[in-house]
Amino acid sequence: MIDSYLRQSALDHLGLAGRTSEEPEKAAVRLGEKLLPAAVNLRGDVADPAFVAALREALGVEPPSAPNTVATNGEVALLWLGPDEWLALQHGAAPEAEAQMAAKLRDALGDLHAATTEVGEQYVCIHLAGPKAREVIEKGCPLDLHPRAFGGVGHCAQSHLSKATILLHQVSPGEDGEPAFDLYTRRSFADYLWRWLEDAAGEYGVAIVAP
Amino acid sequence: MSGYRLSSGGQIDRARPLSFAFDGKRYQGYAGDTLASALLANGVDLFGRSFKYHRPRGLFSAGVEEPNALVTLRSGARAEPNTRATVVELYDGLEASSQNRWPSLAFDVMAMNQLAGPLFSAGFYYKTFMGPTRKAWMLYEYFIRKAAGLGAGTLLPDPDRYEEMNAFCDVLVVGAGPAGLMAATAAASSGARVILADEQSALGGNLRGSASAQENLAGLAALDNVTLLARTTVYGYYDDNTLGAVERVADHVAAPAEGQPRERHWTIRAKQVVLATGAIERPIIFGDNDKPGVMLADAGRLYVERHGVAPGRRVAVFANNDGAYRSVAALTTAGVAVSAIVDARREIGAEAQAIAAASGAELLLGQVVTRALGGQRLSGIEVAAFDPVQGARDGAQRQISADCLLVSGGWTPTIHLASQAGGPARWDDSLTAFLPGEASQPWRAAGACQGTLDSAACFAEGAQAGAEAARACGLSPNPVSLPGAKTEPLADVPLPVWDARPPHGKGKAFVDLQHDVTASDISLAHREGFRSVEHLKRYTTLGMATDQGKTSNVTGLALMARERKLSIPEVGTTRFRPPYTPVSLGALAGQARGSHFRPTRRTAMHDWHVENGAEMQAAGLWLRPRIYAQGSETVEQAYSREARQVRASVGMVDVSTLGKIDVQGLDAAEFLNRVYSNGFLKLPEGKARYGLMLREDGFLWDDGTTWRLSETQFLMTTTTANAAPVLSQLEFLLAAVWPELKVAVTSVTEQWAGMAVSGPKSREVLASVLDDLDMSNEALPFMGVRKGHLNGLPVLVARLSFSGELAYEVYCGAHHGEAVWSRILEAGKPFGMIPYGVEALGTLRIEKGHVAGPELDGRTTAEDLGLAGMTSRKKHYIGSSMLKREGLTDPARLKLVGFVSADGGKIRAGAHLVAANDTSSPPRSLGHITSTTYSPALEKYIALGLLEDGPERVGEKLVATYPLKNIDVDVEVVSSHFFDPEGSRMHV
Repeated sequence: MIDSYLRQSALDHLGLAGRTSEEPEKAAVRLGEKLLPAAVNLRGDVADPAFVAALREALGVEPPSAPNTVATNGEVALLWLGPDEWLALQHGAAPEAEAQMAAKLRDALGDLHAATTEVGEQYVCIHLAGPKAREVIEKGCPLDLHPRAFGGVGHCAQSHLSKATILLHQVSPGEDGEPAFDLYTRRSFADYLWRWLEDAAGEYGVAIVAP
Repeated sequence: MSGYRLSSGGQIDRARPLSFAFDGKRYQGYAGDTLASALLANGVDLFGRSFKYHRPRGLFSAGVEEPNALVTLRSGARAEPNTRATVVELYDGLEASSQNRWPSLAFDVMAMNQLAGPLFSAGFYYKTFMGPTRKAWMLYEYFIRKAAGLGAGTLLPDPDRYEEMNAFCDVLVVGAGPAGLMAATAAASSGARVILADEQSALGGNLRGSASAQENLAGLAALDNVTLLARTTVYGYYDDNTLGAVERVADHVAAPAEGQPRERHWTIRAKQVVLATGAIERPIIFGDNDKPGVMLADAGRLYVERHGVAPGRRVAVFANNDGAYRSVAALTTAGVAVSAIVDARREIGAEAQAIAAASGAELLLGQVVTRALGGQRLSGIEVAAFDPVQGARDGAQRQISADCLLVSGGWTPTIHLASQAGGPARWDDSLTAFLPGEASQPWRAAGACQGTLDSAACFAEGAQAGAEAARACGLSPNPVSLPGAKTEPLADVPLPVWDARPPHGKGKAFVDLQHDVTASDISLAHREGFRSVEHLKRYTTLGMATDQGKTSNVTGLALMARERKLSIPEVGTTRFRPPYTPVSLGALAGQARGSHFRPTRRTAMHDWHVENGAEMQAAGLWLRPRIYAQGSETVEQAYSREARQVRASVGMVDVSTLGKIDVQGLDAAEFLNRVYSNGFLKLPEGKARYGLMLREDGFLWDDGTTWRLSETQFLMTTTTANAAPVLSQLEFLLAAVWPELKVAVTSVTEQWAGMAVSGPKSREVLASVLDDLDMSNEALPFMGVRKGHLNGLPVLVARLSFSGELAYEVYCGAHHGEAVWSRILEAGKPFGMIPYGVEALGTLRIEKGHVAGPELDGRTTAEDLGLAGMTSRKKHYIGSSMLKREGLTDPARLKLVGFVSADGGKIRAGAHLVAANDTSSPPRSLGHITSTTYSPALEKYIALGLLEDGPERVGEKLVATYPLKNIDVDVEVVSSHFFDPEGSRMHV
């Protein structure tokens, strides 16, 4: 069977687990890796009720049609990537979850013109939270992340952070002054992006956490 | 020694004395001082030497417009030349030094340049070094650059960090003076997201420190929809209402705190902008008007009111407008004696008269200052009668002793940003000033930059502009209460006097102090035909110094207008360009330094490579193992050993960087058939095929293998370099060209870690580690693809060969890349299995004559590379039409062939191929070398290259010449299939 201890995140070499902060609440920025999410890239026609039904059947959630929005049932989240493209994400699932999710989707979609691609292993998820989390992203990302413009929780966007491509998902509103974001980047860029983030957050004070 | 500290007053903290040094001498100032005010308080009046003539120069202003007091701040790696002492905030331990002088500021040898004055006049460079004397420039450039110039920068790396910030707002207010404060307040009342930025150390502008400003700012600071940015210069106005700003986060301290940036660059995208950028006072010119002690009148007021420093002990004032009387009043209030007020106007208003009377100064109406007197500093002025039509009369009426002269020639609205984002500036005859032109982006101007100088009017205008800006964003501002302000009886309409010199006045009259451009230079430019403002600017360098002529442009135009007998607007004005004030390169670079400059992409096996001695090499952004050197091996020894071992037994190379695209859909095969030049319709399931992609223009673009995983799913691989461009092209084709095709493409480049296991023992090694795959030639034939498992992990195994050996590519999920890699190597131990790098990969492929990046250079066709058989004639595909162009089918095109070194010399990539008996110089190039290596299989240096009539020349002897290094190698033309041309080794 799969030796789960051998599964390696692209940030393994940084030894983040050994660097977690004792007093994360004191830092204005909390940075951590959400380990090894399961992810399936989906292409299909959202105007086709059969496609929507298949997703509902397989995932328990329907694909959002509004640009840059996220639909979730608490377990699986569907992030809008394009008019015919979504990313199905599941955190904290077993190693087999991705293949199972893809298989369920293929079964449900049957002969529909749709595509199901397992992509979890090409992403690294960096979680960024705290009173200055937004400012850190704004240092390198040309998107307006103000809740009025971005929409707050339940919104996502594809952009770049410094020179790495990112998929940004706001997961906590920040009305308490503590917004939180999940940043997905391709695994080969993860080391670069993590170091950039730690450096950019330096002036505010950064704590490494295990989210 | 004229300036001194007043016993009270000013917005300084007398309880916090600060120690600092200028040119090595220690002084004391207070918190709240600028370097300029502190030096002035210490009686220093010599701040620098001028650009060309090395004339002694003192303080001229109290702000960003300073043309004279340029100093080098700090030392060592933090040395920063050409900072304006007037905006450098004093901190404890500050060190500064003067510039452009030798051996000392007080005694500067280069001051003899003044004797050569005529030589350095307008157009000096053109006249001296064009034409027959042009060569002399080479000789003299060094000395001239040394003699004329600014401070020297440091060559040491900057130890500080710089940052960037992307900001968005509804309303950006530039300038936090009376108009800006009210604009921000009004806009913020609507709930708009407001950014208020000001270049000064504290917000408030002319109201700095006043109770009303404090109250206003406290109100704004309490709002979470308002961002207040002090020490932030909005320097540029760009398209789409994007503005650039630099925040000097830690420029006012010796060194930034841990983690703190020195400066932060802000990219501000605003829906609406309010420009409340104020105005800058301008001088009137006269003889020797650059003498230390001659200062703008408002600067004198600021030194008194803001810093508690008197600019002199015997102060005289020279004005053509009421503004100067504000300075007189301030000096009088502070107890600074004003001895004389020289006003070009014959009549002045009652308020001005009252101020003059209260000051006790002698009031000289209808007169002008014609010349400044003194040696290294001002000792007095010459005064003459003035007629608005005739000008000043020859022969000074009298001399007045003074150690400071405050000059006011009226106000020049700061329209830089407006000019960057708007139409031509508009001339206002009564203010004798240019005002903002038509807005070409959503901004509105308010306050002094619009020519409104009265405080009450500025408040009202600012509030209105802020409210309008908020409304333009679809928001509803509330009415705001305006601070009480006396309407000012000081009219501020100047009498146009630009040059107060009499017809035969003495002394140099400087227009542009920083670039040493005089009034006679402008006359000279006119005489020599450089009459348009654009020519005037370039010929004389007027306004082209780091101060961009903030105090000189309008005067320069006025003098040209006088020469041409035109009005100033008829002469025109130049357009302002960013930056408004100098921007440090550090701020523009931001965080993008060192490892942040560009990303490094790492494969899943990266750490293994590094730990096992790989020398890593950049391939685009990726890092790939080049060689795994053992002991003191050279690169050539290492890759030769690695390649030899692959052919002898087995080796493995990381190929994870290849682009991988999941192609799914009912029409996937049809789609690939249109994308590749060779056929893909009949590719059976479980098989891979090598495919060629052309550009639309018929040239070769990319190659790779594509694997049919099922009826409707393919895994396409691309070269490392083209992974992203190929995906974009496929997405484009599906979206725009063939939307009817039922196909979806998704990048999976990083989902899979890939490794190529090559060599005669590769089958045995993989058979021993794979759980469930029959590896026999029958079960997994050449180009076969199978799904299997390794230690329970799903893997894809494809029997492909880039090396000519029996070989397989193994793909596994990236999370397990290192685990699978290590497991296979472990299994290969009994066979002496080694990891090999991209050098050996290249050697093996060159020995087989396979093409790669150096051959697919965007200028070659399939036929050039001997791949004509892969361009189908039976179907249409991308590039097929253009492939038939004459130029692409020309038989004279260079063709791919192989070369072996005939004399044992190493062949260089890029070398040109010439006939051995060609003695012409340079010899005719018959082609060039593309890829080269030492071949351990042939024990020779070999190469691939493109050659005229290539295949027909096999057997010929040529010379591969590399003139850059004078290296000639005798080569023999051979087939590009150097090793095992029958392919017997990979079909076993």
